[in-house]
Amino acid sequence: MVKAIDRKLWRDLWQMKSQALAIALVVMCSVGTYIMFLTTLGSLRATQDSYYRDYRFAGVFATLKRAPEPLRQRLLAISGVDQVETRVMANVRLDMPSFNEPVNALMVSDSGPHGLNALHLREGRRPMRPDEVVVSTPFAKAHALQPGDRFYAILNGRRQALTLVGTALSPEFVQQLRPGSVFPDYKRYGVMWMGRRALGQAYDMDGAFNDMALSLRPGADSQFVIDRVDELLKPYGGLGAYTRRDQRSHRFLNQELEQLGVLASLFPGMFMGIAAFLLNVVIGRLVAMQREQVATLKAFGYSNIAVLWHFLKMVLVIVVVGVISGTALGVWLGHVLSGIYMEFYNFPYLKFSLQPGTVVEATAASLLAAGAGAVFAVWRSANLRPAQAMRPEPPGIYRESWVEKLGLRRWLSQPTRMIIRHIQRRALKSTLTLLGIAMACGIILTGLFQRDTVGYMVNVQFGMAHREDLSVTFTDPAAYRARFDLQNLPGVQHVEVFRVVPVRLRHGHLSYRTGIRGMEPGGDIQRLLDADLRPVALPPDGILLTDFLAKLLDLRAGDHVVVEVLEGNRPVREAVVAGLVKEYMGVSGYMDLAALNRFMQEGPVLSGAYLSVDSAQLASLYAQLKGMPRIAGVAGRMQEIRNFNRVMNETMLFFTYVATVFAVIISFGVIYNSARIALTERGGELASLRVLGFTRAEIAYILLGELGILTLFAIPLGLLLGEWMCYYIAHKMQNDLFRVPVVLMPRAYAFAALVVLVSAILSGLAVRRRLDQLDLIAVLKTAE
Amino acid sequence: MAHFGQNNLRSGPIFVARGLTKVYQMGQVQVQALRGVDLDLYPGEFVVLLGPSGSGKSTLLNILGGLDTPTSGSVRYADYDLSLDDDASMTQYRRSHVGFVFQFYNLIPSLTARENVALVTEIAENPMTPEEALALVGLEQRMDHFPTQMSGGEQQRVAIARAVAKRPQVLLCDEPTGALDAQTGVMVLDVIARVNRELGTTTVVITHNAVIAGIADRVVYFGDGLVARIERNEHKISATELQW
Repeated sequence: MVKAIDRKLWRDLWQMKSQALAIALVVMCSVGTYIMFLTTLGSLRATQDSYYRDYRFAGVFATLKRAPEPLRQRLLAISGVDQVETRVMANVRLDMPSFNEPVNALMVSDSGPHGLNALHLREGRRPMRPDEVVVSTPFAKAHALQPGDRFYAILNGRRQALTLVGTALSPEFVQQLRPGSVFPDYKRYGVMWMGRRALGQAYDMDGAFNDMALSLRPGADSQFVIDRVDELLKPYGGLGAYTRRDQRSHRFLNQELEQLGVLASLFPGMFMGIAAFLLNVVIGRLVAMQREQVATLKAFGYSNIAVLWHFLKMVLVIVVVGVISGTALGVWLGHVLSGIYMEFYNFPYLKFSLQPGTVVEATAASLLAAGAGAVFAVWRSANLRPAQAMRPEPPGIYRESWVEKLGLRRWLSQPTRMIIRHIQRRALKSTLTLLGIAMACGIILTGLFQRDTVGYMVNVQFGMAHREDLSVTFTDPAAYRARFDLQNLPGVQHVEVFRVVPVRLRHGHLSYRTGIRGMEPGGDIQRLLDADLRPVALPPDGILLTDFLAKLLDLRAGDHVVVEVLEGNRPVREAVVAGLVKEYMGVSGYMDLAALNRFMQEGPVLSGAYLSVDSAQLASLYAQLKGMPRIAGVAGRMQEIRNFNRVMNETMLFFTYVATVFAVIISFGVIYNSARIALTERGGELASLRVLGFTRAEIAYILLGELGILTLFAIPLGLLLGEWMCYYIAHKMQNDLFRVPVVLMPRAYAFAALVVLVSAILSGLAVRRRLDQLDLIAVLKTAE
Repeated sequence: MAHFGQNNLRSGPIFVARGLTKVYQMGQVQVQALRGVDLDLYPGEFVVLLGPSGSGKSTLLNILGGLDTPTSGSVRYADYDLSLDDDASMTQYRRSHVGFVFQFYNLIPSLTARENVALVTEIAENPMTPEEALALVGLEQRMDHFPTQMSGGEQQRVAIARAVAKRPQVLLCDEPTGALDAQTGVMVLDVIARVNRELGTTTVVITHNAVIAGIADRVVYFGDGLVARIERNEHKISATELQW
């Protein structure tokens, strides 16, 4: 038998179903966002962990010139080392039959099914014969390769036919990035695996290795192991061992997951916070309107607690509907999103993980927010003596508004004065509504800013700083005359050369592995920019650092930095920080080319060049470069831009798209509820005005004018608030791979403002319809 | 059939009010609603509080019903000190002893007649069934109607059924006929008088309609926050004889 008071609950809910629905939608969206972000992040982390574990991703890596295989035993003997994998690695040029542009690959010797960094074979089998290779799955996909297909590679200067026998994924190459590039480009760069013997013979590494990976025992001291490895490898041209933390693929993956984590902690937090605030306000007002019913229930002997519980249940039902649908939505979106990321990161499988804690948190936050709003409002009504609560509220203390005092009074009609005085009298309530609308407007902006930012970053990165059409890197440092060889190629209009040296920069206890790029002074293709994006001249001496790198190392212009070179004789020297440059992607050091050559105590040596090219001759230039054996890689700027946009679209922007949609729903939910509540609160007053002869349009003006004024004030505030939230997100998301500037185009502001305006107009129309149906007679009959 | 008489007077008053004052803050204005009221009410009697609007009678009724507390003075109902501002004991008092009828009925619009009554019987100790209570006011045919489907008189009778269903010792009615036409008003008063007669419920009815005074045992005249005088009706008439 359902209790009468519970029947009241359900019928009241049914009565206010559209408002209840709007509130439930707000809860749904905030819970949905929360769960989507956190399950996606949780699933990706879980997948990463289990992938690394199942395929024995190594803990320490080192590259060297050439060491004899027996050294392996000594590496294995280092205390804390579990398993050692020696291998051969080479950068090779490929000749793909149906692809004109140069293609590069990293060729790795296969370490077998039980080795470290094991392959997850997608198709086919491991290589057995000398001409067989397994290629990374995304590369195979990009070139539509299948087992049995053949293509050519230039191995150590010799052109050799290879047969594809399988495709695979590896935990070591989750992100397959060409050296110096920030984005994967599977069409032009891939990873492939060959038999150890075959690859060793091709590179004179029979019985020797030029790369190694090892795994650590639990509790091992990684720095100790690294020091020992460096000691052992030093005579063999070791370039310095590093841990997983500095491993390229892992670092990129981790940073992306960290950024995702930042988004996942900020967006849901903001959404939950805003939804909580709104729930609190909306539900508080909704319950406050039930003042008379609270009094009646109390008059018949219902206790405060019983009344409170009654209204709390009402709120609970709404919130629970929101939480359940939000959880379902969040799990579904999380699944979709994790799937997208799984593809993007080339995970062999996805461990979808929905933490019960996540749902509990989202539920608790929603319940708490709504509950607090309800409790506060009910308590206020319940604490009134019933006699008082049953009387209509005493007429409020109205005053002339400050707008009138300013002398504008005679310009204001009577209804306009009513609006302004009402807003002023209910200052707190008006402020809360205004804040609610402003927040809704703000979160829309946060969803939009990344889209504009991406365009801006492309413009700065590729339009102002890296303006080459092609960049060319040599297999080994080349003599200066290589510049002229490039200059003479058909279609090349301008050449700027560079030298890159791998280094570890040290300042006190802080250090960072990166490269120093020696550039031609006065270059026009490659430019360094200062904080205001003006070109910076290269100092004849000293080093320029990316501003973020300087921050990481706690360096300022004029400070000394220790430079440990990680190639050749590995000299360690000091350099003066001559200044800072602004960069949004990556961090490095820059020097004058000649100064860098001096610093390295080497002659005029080059690592590569930037070219500007006559676009009509690009194709033939590609063909020429393809035939030049000393050229390790060629990257096109347009391709880099495309890669950048693709990555952005596949990752960040999907998130922000979903966030935007949710923000729009939330903003509508808020405004609609504000309008409906205003109608209920002032219905009697407005009906009386109708009786006095006011037209429908006139009373609509009085009611909606208030909403209109609040909305108009809320929009600029919301845009400001949104901007501030964007800066906060950008600040939280910066790392050494990316610094996202806050760029908001006028259209972003316009869109956010428009959404709020349209929500207000639609809500106004919905309320207007109800306003037209006000029952005048009933109003006159009731106590109010 | 219990009828009020001298015996009840001798058993001692059920309500004792001494020196009651009440001051309201209405916006920026202070209103002195009661200025020192002394009054005794006896078990089973039917009292009409008569006075112009603003004379303080509703304030007194609210204090007697535990809906409000006096600013000063004392008021007791049996063991309850109604001048204490103690929400829990006031709630208990209202729940166990008092039935209210309001001028504007105060029915819960989302509940049917039966459910409105059940709202109270579900928390009472020894209630009638909602059906019994509604039969008492002659609404057994309209039990499943919502308030908006009933006339004002019917709504007020539901309110009376809701008030008496818990078998209260006290029935407090604030202008029960104020929103009704004469014919319907008489019908409602008849129900109230019958409850007083048949259940022996001490009944206080507020009105500014002097005609109604005829059905009371005693009439308390109110004016300007004070009891002006108290009259005993030697010839009580029945509600159906009333005309206005």
